[in-house]
Amino acid sequence: MSNVDDKSAQRRARLTEYRCWLYLLPAILFLGVFMVYPLVDVFVYSFEEGYNFASQSFFGTGLYNYSYVLHDPYFLQAVKNTFIIVIITVPMSTLIALGISLLLSQITKLRSMFQTIYFLPYVTNTLAVGLVFMILFKKTAYTDGMINLLINAFGGSSIDFIDGPYWAKMTVMCIYTVWVVMPFKILILTSALSSVNPDYYSAARVDGTRPWRIFYRITLPMISPMIFYLVITGFIGAFKAYSDEVALFGVDLNAAGMNTIVGYVYDMLYGDSGGYPSFASAAAIILFMIVLTITVINLMISDADD
Amino acid sequence: MEVILEHLTKAFPSRDKKNPTEVIAVNDFDFTIPDGKLIGLLGPSGCGKSTTLNLICGLLAPTSGRIIFGDSDVTNLPPEARGVGLVFQNYALYPHLTVRQNILFPLQNLRGEDKLTKEEMNAKAEEAARLVQIDMLMDRKPKELSGGQQQRVAIARALVKRPQVLLLDEPLSNLDARLRLQTREEIKRIQTETGITTIFVTHDQEEAMSISDLIVVMKDGILQQIGRPQEVYDEPVNMFVAKFLGTPQINMFDGRVSGGLLYLGDTPVLKTEAPDSDVHVGIRPEGFVLADGSAGDGCEPLVCDLKAVEVSGRDVSIVSTHPACQAANIRAIMGSDRNMMVTGPSVSFRLRPDKVYLFDKETEKRIQ
Amino acid sequence: MDYIRIERNTKIKKGVAGTVRMILLALWAVIVLFPFYWMILTSLKGYGAYNSEYIPKLYVTSPTFENYRDAFSAVPLGRYFLNTAIFTVITTAVMLVVITLAAFAFARLEFKGRNFVFVIFLSLMMIPTELVVITNFVTITNWNMRNSFPGLILPSITSVFYIYLLKENFEQVPDTLYYAAKVDGTSDFKYLCKVLIPISKPTIVTVTILKVIECWNSYVWPRLITDDQAYFLVSNGIQEIRENGFGRENIPAMMAAVVVISAPLIVIFLIFRKQIMAGVLRGGTKG
Repeated sequence: MSNVDDKSAQRRARLTEYRCWLYLLPAILFLGVFMVYPLVDVFVYSFEEGYNFASQSFFGTGLYNYSYVLHDPYFLQAVKNTFIIVIITVPMSTLIALGISLLLSQITKLRSMFQTIYFLPYVTNTLAVGLVFMILFKKTAYTDGMINLLINAFGGSSIDFIDGPYWAKMTVMCIYTVWVVMPFKILILTSALSSVNPDYYSAARVDGTRPWRIFYRITLPMISPMIFYLVITGFIGAFKAYSDEVALFGVDLNAAGMNTIVGYVYDMLYGDSGGYPSFASAAAIILFMIVLTITVINLMISDADD
Repeated sequence: MEVILEHLTKAFPSRDKKNPTEVIAVNDFDFTIPDGKLIGLLGPSGCGKSTTLNLICGLLAPTSGRIIFGDSDVTNLPPEARGVGLVFQNYALYPHLTVRQNILFPLQNLRGEDKLTKEEMNAKAEEAARLVQIDMLMDRKPKELSGGQQQRVAIARALVKRPQVLLLDEPLSNLDARLRLQTREEIKRIQTETGITTIFVTHDQEEAMSISDLIVVMKDGILQQIGRPQEVYDEPVNMFVAKFLGTPQINMFDGRVSGGLLYLGDTPVLKTEAPDSDVHVGIRPEGFVLADGSAGDGCEPLVCDLKAVEVSGRDVSIVSTHPACQAANIRAIMGSDRNMMVTGPSVSFRLRPDKVYLFDKETEKRIQ
Repeated sequence: MDYIRIERNTKIKKGVAGTVRMILLALWAVIVLFPFYWMILTSLKGYGAYNSEYIPKLYVTSPTFENYRDAFSAVPLGRYFLNTAIFTVITTAVMLVVITLAAFAFARLEFKGRNFVFVIFLSLMMIPTELVVITNFVTITNWNMRNSFPGLILPSITSVFYIYLLKENFEQVPDTLYYAAKVDGTSDFKYLCKVLIPISKPTIVTVTILKVIECWNSYVWPRLITDDQAYFLVSNGIQEIRENGFGRENIPAMMAAVVVISAPLIVIFLIFRKQIMAGVLRGGTKG
């Protein structure tokens, strides 16, 4: 009797166990096919030389793909562009966001209105608004564009920011990137600032601390974890810049000389110069390594600071 | 430094949009805090005592009235120009700075002719730390300290600039019971040693009574009474003060004065000079004495139903009931006596006249 | 000490600082809002009027809705819109089912290997999409799913972060509720539907909104996997309009298209402002 009970209990337990996995099955399936397998596969691709997309065959393994990518002038241009974007936009957006958040935290009137406005770019389609930016900055036969008129008003001469010199294009690129990433940073920093116990400020006021000193001796250390978080995510995000570039300069970024590493990966995969998943894989892995290195360095700096 | 509050009033706009009347946190305060004393601002939570403190230190601006330190009107001065030290309820120690850096912080803010050299600053910080006896913890971070130690650091930080007035907001509320006793003596010692006029806010009457030179009792933004602790305890001006001070609480009865006698129920218990009327009667727990018979002066003992006798060793609490009592129980405390025998079902008390207070039924003010 | 001087100085300083603060904040608000203003403005200008303005006017004298008509007739904007709506709704719905089931398993059920699998899931959060997109492109191509909704949707469903978010939320529901349900003979699935999901509604709403935003704005994957206009999403549509336009450089019509594409999300944002901002604060990042 008890034997039968045992068996059925065991069976029930096993059944429950199966059922648990059933709940996980869809997630595991999706993640397995579209995340884990591709992750392994991308490394495999990157070592397969002369991979042919149509026949899915290759004729060797080795580091040739990497060497090809690293010697490709388009790739080097893309790396240069990406690094410029990262180095300019990450510090700039973080600093401006910090300034705006500090100002925001000091007002009560209109605060929630400003917060709502500042967040708007987050929910807009980058491609769509990028088009607006392009037109604002573009110089055509019909008009010099809004921005150039503004420059003229201050005594400068018109520049074509979209099809003009490299630095002009890079300027628009950085301005647009900053515009796009600001909402997130302002949101995070305002919330970090408001989580600082107001007693610290009262204490500092009673001690007659000057505003600047309150900022760098109290506020800054208190919100520094969030700033580091923003810098790290900012670096990662900026290294993956792509859609914003397409929005401003069109799909053929190589022709515009404004390609980024991610753009290079996609171009290798698809489009006019596409059909080379091996090169794309090698470039993607190089990008991943760069991002990983920078992130580790960032983390080490923030650890050392602590 | 003498601190004078002149008709000080602070009103806050109401947060409730439907009912936009102002909340008056501090209502027409008018009193003088003498130089070099320890003053306890006492009242139930929400009575406006913290607001008063913030007005004095300048974190809040008054709606009307003036604040005067010594000879100078500081009403419109920013906090840093007032020369006050403030200790926060949660201490507000900067978590990323060491104890030393925390104490040095106010000194590093000085500029112009007040600016100190590194050595001077360090010497002052050491001195302040020694005063509160934390000089061996100087290089620790606040989170490595116990609550009591953090409290001392906060006091040292407030004292390091030698303020003219030291303000403490609920200084003991974050400490456990044992530390609280110890720390309040410590605060008294520091105040005596430095001679700085010190104002501290508390809702704990025992705490205020035990160390203050002067206590200020507040309720709903209105000053109730100001005086030496014993004075306020012995001569409360109204029912609120009488009930707020003293543990166990004063026993409240419905009474009646008629023909120079105070009646509780139908029993004439005391002679009184008060005019005939219905009154609230407050009797301190120590105002009861066991009666062994009629006093013979027209008064009779108060006979109560005995409920329990609680022995603490030092003294004895007799818990009983009486129909005229406003609470469920009467609590009487008397010194323990080996020979004392209290057995039910009833117990008879004589009352000590100096421990019995009469209050007007309407205004709740004391009837002398 | 000269109290009067200190007093006066403090007041002046406060007034000046307050004004400067407001001006700076308003300035940034203008920078943020100007592109939006400009696109609405331009979309209301006639084709001729726009091209005749060498110096663009910041107002419009005779607004016209002709551009909006053009945007829907000259290019298949309606089609893009419908595609995006289908893509967004299906992707979000399927994702919600998948992540709710997984989060429930991680949060509430007990089975061997649960923690191990969860750690693997967590580590997948660090994998950038750029790495896996290559193989996914090949996979979908091999499955002959290019230019199809399954091809668009399938790889967009996975979201480890939302599983994590939801699991954390489920775990905050007290155990006693679960045991009480068990005592009453409620099955796990019923408990999930009747108890956990209603309790966790705020988080589920947040996840839904964030995913909708993500879907509505997605560009890279749809671009890789579709080259037939019949399957374009709005982002690709806008790019297509940009590259090939309306047969001519018709900027007012382009702006009308941009307004139409941006409007739904802005409306959603204005309605769910609090949830969206709180959700993003909890760990959403752009893209």
